[in-house]
Amino acid sequence: MSLLSIEHLTVAFRSETGQATAIEDVSLRLEPGEILGVVGESGSGKSVTALSIMGLLPEPAARVVSGRVVFEGQVLTGMGEHRLRRIRGPGIGMIFQEPMTSLNPIFSIGEQITETLAAHGERDRPKRRDRAVEMLERVGIASAARRLGDYPHQLSGGQRQRVMIAMALACRPRLLIADEPTTALDVTTQAGILDLVLDLREQLGMAVLVITHNMGVIAEVADRVAVMYAGRIVEQSPVELLFAEPAHPYTRALLGCVPTLDDDRVRLTAIPGALPDPRTRPAGCAFAPRCGLRVDACEAAIPPLRPLGPTHEAACIRTCAG
Amino acid sequence: MSDSPARATIRRLLRHRLFVTGLALFLIVLVLAALAPWITTVDPTKLSIRAKFKPPSMDFVFGTDNLGRSLWSRTVWGARLSVEIGVAVVVLNAIFGTLVGAISGYFRWADAPLMRINDALMAFPAILLAIGITAVLGPSTENVILALAVVYIPRTARIVRASVLVLREMEYVQAAVAAGAGHARILRTHVIPNALAPLIVQLSFLFAYAVLTEATLSFLGLGAVPPTPTWGNIMAEGRQYMIEAPWIITIPGVLLMITVMGLNLLGDGLRDVLDPRLRLQA
Repeated sequence: MSLLSIEHLTVAFRSETGQATAIEDVSLRLEPGEILGVVGESGSGKSVTALSIMGLLPEPAARVVSGRVVFEGQVLTGMGEHRLRRIRGPGIGMIFQEPMTSLNPIFSIGEQITETLAAHGERDRPKRRDRAVEMLERVGIASAARRLGDYPHQLSGGQRQRVMIAMALACRPRLLIADEPTTALDVTTQAGILDLVLDLREQLGMAVLVITHNMGVIAEVADRVAVMYAGRIVEQSPVELLFAEPAHPYTRALLGCVPTLDDDRVRLTAIPGALPDPRTRPAGCAFAPRCGLRVDACEAAIPPLRPLGPTHEAACIRTCAG
Repeated sequence: MSDSPARATIRRLLRHRLFVTGLALFLIVLVLAALAPWITTVDPTKLSIRAKFKPPSMDFVFGTDNLGRSLWSRTVWGARLSVEIGVAVVVLNAIFGTLVGAISGYFRWADAPLMRINDALMAFPAILLAIGITAVLGPSTENVILALAVVYIPRTARIVRASVLVLREMEYVQAAVAAGAGHARILRTHVIPNALAPLIVQLSFLFAYAVLTEATLSFLGLGAVPPTPTWGNIMAEGRQYMIEAPWIITIPGVLLMITVMGLNLLGDGLRDVLDPRLRLQA
């Protein structure tokens, strides 16, 4: 049994100008201890996917139209708020993009970590404090015991993200969802945080779902990758395979945007055009209008994900040809 | 290094000149009110026809009124009543204003019904609504407190709601939800504490309004029942003798002014320190 499986999930948002399908028929699996990267442009549905796992979609504007999320055999979609609360934290932890605003400015970091533990019924105050120190040490905050009384404004961005991770890990989740964990950080700090995620997986054996638009982050940490475009998964494969043999034209285009050291190009390639409006997506492949390999058949129907190998699948009718 | 925000704020307040001035003025009134039983020797309701209309002197520091009652005793006891009413109204506002504001800001479904009731109450001019309520319930200290609470709670609730609407979208609130915290816990630890700064500023101004409105109500005969002395009813009685005995109306008037000015300066100071962004707009 997988730790997490998302099955044919479709989520729609109601807006004043009509209904917008944020994600459509998304299926993902995550095994214990595995790191899955979800990559795509802004608006491709990565964050909505993450939020719908946790039941954090902004209701009533957003709604799960069909499909379900199963975590350790329990169906999360449609589960009551009370039961979900017991899974959030000890079952699934989450860290967010903005370390600057993800900590409450008026409480010390120690109070914030122990607060999470208290929310999950740890009544013993010294025990909570010990656990907070342990977690801060684990995420690499030096002299953790002395820093419990520090306030968020006294920490750097990287340290705050470490504290965020410590908070998410305090309840020992089996799955950590990291939504753009390094986007707001500078490059060296990014590397430190990514190493930390890898170490923690090693030590705690938890699974991680990393959401990012950065192919470099994927290459660094992920075991497996799912590429999202316009609310759908267009390609899924182990990370080495994806970088070696990208099958979907969108994946290739994404990889073409990444500069490498042995590159003698003067300009990086950009993908022409923009994501289609989620209210008026094309009838066929959503990437077709921007695709260099487009043929007429592309616009006829939405191409389904087709296996290209035992672990590799892509949603493009031209993958066999190209 | 690890200076708590609370201590840093107090230090900044004590360096703020307006705040300290306001605090000093307000403390004068507070001290008078607190020490009323010990610093007055004459019963504020004791009549003494032979001693009527005495101007301030060694015997009667603030003079006497038309019935020969000691104005010192009457204004000091009046200060006590004003402070009591002010405190009661502020406490009621802090509790119910926060409750209504937090609920309607945090829970979307509660917002529309609560805010429509709020709007309805706020549509009446404050003084008119207060007069209406005390006129219906009858003049008494308790009814004045109730009337002022009803008049001002919607205003407090609005301010709390405005902060809560911003705070509920903060990432640390979302992070707390993602960590499995319930609504009550999130409101208690993340939302309400962060909404306190503008609330405290509001409450300091509210204290001034409450004292002023109470004086107005008792000036109109709708406050505490005479012979209980309040600044409002002392001034109402003194109004008829403004030419012959100007001190009767002036002394409580000056104390009222000191209170309101002190609280306003104090509130300005609090606002500058706790909520510096508002200063630019003001």
